[in-house]
Amino acid sequence: MFGRGLQTLSIASVVLVTGAFALVFLYAPNDADQGFVQKIFYLHVPLAIVALGGFVDGGVFAIQYLRTGDRGHDLRSYVAIHLSLILGLGVLATGSIWAKASWGAWWVWDEPTLVSFLIVFLLFACYQPLRFSIDDPERQARYAAVFAIIGGAFVPLNFLAVRLAESLIHPRVLSTTGGSMPGEMRLTFLVSTVAMVCLFVTLWKYELASKHASMRLRALKRALAGDDAAGPLARTAAPTQI
Amino acid sequence: MAGAAPTAEARAAEAPRDHAGGGFASAVSALVRKDLRLELRTRESVPAMFLFSLSTFVLFRFGLDRESLEGDLASGVLWVTLLFAAVLGMNRLFVAEREEGGFDAFLLAPVDRTSLFVAKAAVLFGFLVAVEVAAIPAFAVLLLGPSPFQALPGLLAILLLADVGIAVIGTLVGALAIQTRARDLIVPLISLPLVLPVVIAAGHATAPLFAEAGAEALPARWLGVLGLYDLVFGLLALAVFDFLLED
Repeated sequence: MFGRGLQTLSIASVVLVTGAFALVFLYAPNDADQGFVQKIFYLHVPLAIVALGGFVDGGVFAIQYLRTGDRGHDLRSYVAIHLSLILGLGVLATGSIWAKASWGAWWVWDEPTLVSFLIVFLLFACYQPLRFSIDDPERQARYAAVFAIIGGAFVPLNFLAVRLAESLIHPRVLSTTGGSMPGEMRLTFLVSTVAMVCLFVTLWKYELASKHASMRLRALKRALAGDDAAGPLARTAAPTQI
Repeated sequence: MAGAAPTAEARAAEAPRDHAGGGFASAVSALVRKDLRLELRTRESVPAMFLFSLSTFVLFRFGLDRESLEGDLASGVLWVTLLFAAVLGMNRLFVAEREEGGFDAFLLAPVDRTSLFVAKAAVLFGFLVAVEVAAIPAFAVLLLGPSPFQALPGLLAILLLADVGIAVIGTLVGALAIQTRARDLIVPLISLPLVLPVVIAAGHATAPLFAEAGAEALPARWLGVLGLYDLVFGLLALAVFDFLLED
């Protein structure tokens, strides 16, 4: 059900990620101001874009779940948010390293994109505890969907508020990626972003396939050897059935 | 004692005469009256929220080691305090519904489910206003350096818009958390990041009102942000609230 196209996707991810790293290190020029350290940009920004996209995606699947009642959408939403949380840790870590290298501090509050990302991350970090504290699977899915929809709408609003708060002191152009970037850098950045999106989709599908396979396995065990064979499920934040 | 009241009142809300005429509006008004009567009899939420605000002001006085505040510091202390007090209210908002079977009674009633959301948001808004009516004079006496009277018209507009946002989010989060095992943890964990844009906007808008040299002009764009926040989450909450009630 979830395994289709995994092989193609995996190969595409490997090729794209390798290609992106090759471009980053061999093709893209060093930044005039920041030098070599600026290359973390090609990892940090795509990671952030994909993580935010994953959060919003979780909200979109949540809407579909509430509309159709199909548990598959709940699983899709859960896995998207879970993966984005993991990538989010990467975003905060790489952002912190970049900030230390170019501004001399591990954390700076006058970088609105980083600050808004932290807030979004803090909000979605509550997604798992919320699911974990609801026992009934059907209610867990429904409540998590409501949370994911609110969170998805919160992402753009939060960015607006944080950016406005900063622009009082530091006026800045709205687009951080456009305009002044030279051609080689832009190409490298685009390839890195596409590679990261592809990697995210691949990991997402792997996790879906794995979760689905263990659900099927459990169901088969119960069918073949009776209800005692599989043992009771431990309490979990993840969806346990489709 | 507190136990019998909500169910009895919830039943009263469902009595045919109440929604024979207006339907939605009368259901909302019955639910609001029920909650207000409950609060008047038990006095559980508003006094606790007010006392909490006072304690927090005292905490800030010693935590910051300042006897009077002005500008952005005053605005920040006021908003953080009001927000934490609001979290107390969110935590208690649906307790009677859950513990005394008010949810079941409401679901049995032939009324639009959205009416519960509107009523609860209105009640939380009312609680916040009641707390602010007492807490803001206390803040002005205890901590605020410059005179509050010049700031008052602007402050009222900010409070109004921010309270709507906090009430909407609070109702949603309260309903989300009430059925979970860790309600007391879930409410602050989810609501604090969610209302952060309100604090950013309200804090920035209030800071110039508390300026040492007397109130400066109110930055209109922050009112715009607050209004946008209220609108987006208000509509969103109306759309998703039904899913938080059991079938």
